[in-house]
Amino acid sequence: MSVHLVKHQPGVIGVLDLQGGVHEHLEHLERLGLPYKRVKQVSDFADLIGLIIPGGESTCLARLLTIFDLKDVILHHYHRGMKIWGTCAGAILLADKIVGDQSCLRLIDIAIERNSFGSQLDSFTTEARVPAVSDQTIPLIFIRAPKILSAGKDVKVLLQMDDYIAAAENDGILVTVFHPELTGCLAFHRYFGLKCGLDLAVENVSAGNQDWKNVSWMKLARIAS
Amino acid sequence: MDAKRYELNVQLAQMLKGGVIMDVTNVEQAKIAEEAGAVAVMALERVPSDIRRDGGVARMSDPAMIAEIKKAVSIPVMAKARIGHFVEAQLLEALRIDYIDESEVLTPADEECHIDKTKFSIPFVCGARNLGEALRRIAEGAAMIRTKGEAGTGNVVEAVRHMRTMNREIRQVAQMPVEEVTGFAKANGLPYELALKVKELGRLPVVNFAAGGLATPADAALMMQLGCDGVFVGSGIFKSADPAKRARAIVKATAYFNDPQKVLEASIGLGEAMPGLEISQIPPEQILAKRGW
Repeated sequence: MSVHLVKHQPGVIGVLDLQGGVHEHLEHLERLGLPYKRVKQVSDFADLIGLIIPGGESTCLARLLTIFDLKDVILHHYHRGMKIWGTCAGAILLADKIVGDQSCLRLIDIAIERNSFGSQLDSFTTEARVPAVSDQTIPLIFIRAPKILSAGKDVKVLLQMDDYIAAAENDGILVTVFHPELTGCLAFHRYFGLKCGLDLAVENVSAGNQDWKNVSWMKLARIAS
Repeated sequence: MDAKRYELNVQLAQMLKGGVIMDVTNVEQAKIAEEAGAVAVMALERVPSDIRRDGGVARMSDPAMIAEIKKAVSIPVMAKARIGHFVEAQLLEALRIDYIDESEVLTPADEECHIDKTKFSIPFVCGARNLGEALRRIAEGAAMIRTKGEAGTGNVVEAVRHMRTMNREIRQVAQMPVEEVTGFAKANGLPYELALKVKELGRLPVVNFAAGGLATPADAALMMQLGCDGVFVGSGIFKSADPAKRARAIVKATAYFNDPQKVLEASIGLGEAMPGLEISQIPPEQILAKRGW
């Protein structure tokens, strides 16, 4: 008879550090007390249990993923069990179909339309209940956001807005067309941490919100100490 | 512009971090820029080196040209208004582009006042040579700053000077006791409340890109290593021998700015860069960075 010791492996959540809202996600993970790191080189992916692809410009991110052969690296680690969350541009990269363009990673059965609301003048904030994620109202920021137009049968819709889907998931992938990293709310980061198998105390979420400011990310991008 | 709108505008600039914003003069160039991985395009009739060569008064571009570019790409479209020309800014807002650059590359329309940017919903980026200039523009409502550099020269020396100046002044403010901030702010023309903000944050309170004279992948990586959040490349791409290739190379070098091996790979086989201009050879009245204050 052998004794199996279940070894607790904390694992790390990575934020893809090529372009876009990298610091903002890192700051949220730090606030939640989750182990995190920036991910840029092939070797950075080895110990990840989760990867966040941040908002930015999806055409730029797609080009960089292709040039630097990171697409296959991400797919490899996804098949190993790494969960992935894409916000805004990140959601576009994960989609099976992009309206009017070639898709990139194709890991979730959704059709998504880039920049679907108009110009920056049409960017907006709102709030909604997302029961699967939190029992409190969640602030939502849409910046030149895409719309998820449809989702396949193995995709769970987390938030349906007027004529589009704003958040959805399957077993390994979470997508949001809005930017939880630009608000003080940690609910989606906590939800992703749980999806990655991390053990998270609920009280972390509300405790983290109080002293957050929209410049909080800047402590990770200072010129002077 | 209410506080919420301003925040959204600052946040759009945050999403551009680590990226390259490219000057384009037509739909074809805009598509090349987007395909190369630009995070935004600056639509204008002539790139700065042509404006410099042609002389005369440089104004806002033809709205029809800007509209065509806007239709052709999905990335954000920026366009330039003359310093102080708030009606050009009104037109650009009515065109519903994504960002206005109140730019010294165009001939200033007002030598005393910059645009009151708080009156607009659309975001503005403004040029600055030092901390005081940056904070004055932010006080007027700018949601993003760029160093001025010296546009259209292919010479990065002024961009470096402006970034180093800004960084030095940020370090000074961050490290001085708070009672010294009043005097420093007075002497250097810093709005006091924003000077305190810089002291607290240890950086500008909005995103700061480098601009003005960047022509190579190494130039872009240099500015990134000096601490800017992203880069503008104007004449440097479409005045070079192989714009598409150079555009891609600068995008790569900006993303991997701290990885010499990758910047090296990006720098190989690009063909001729744009012809450069020695700053001391430019007649003083043609120095663009001196426009605005």
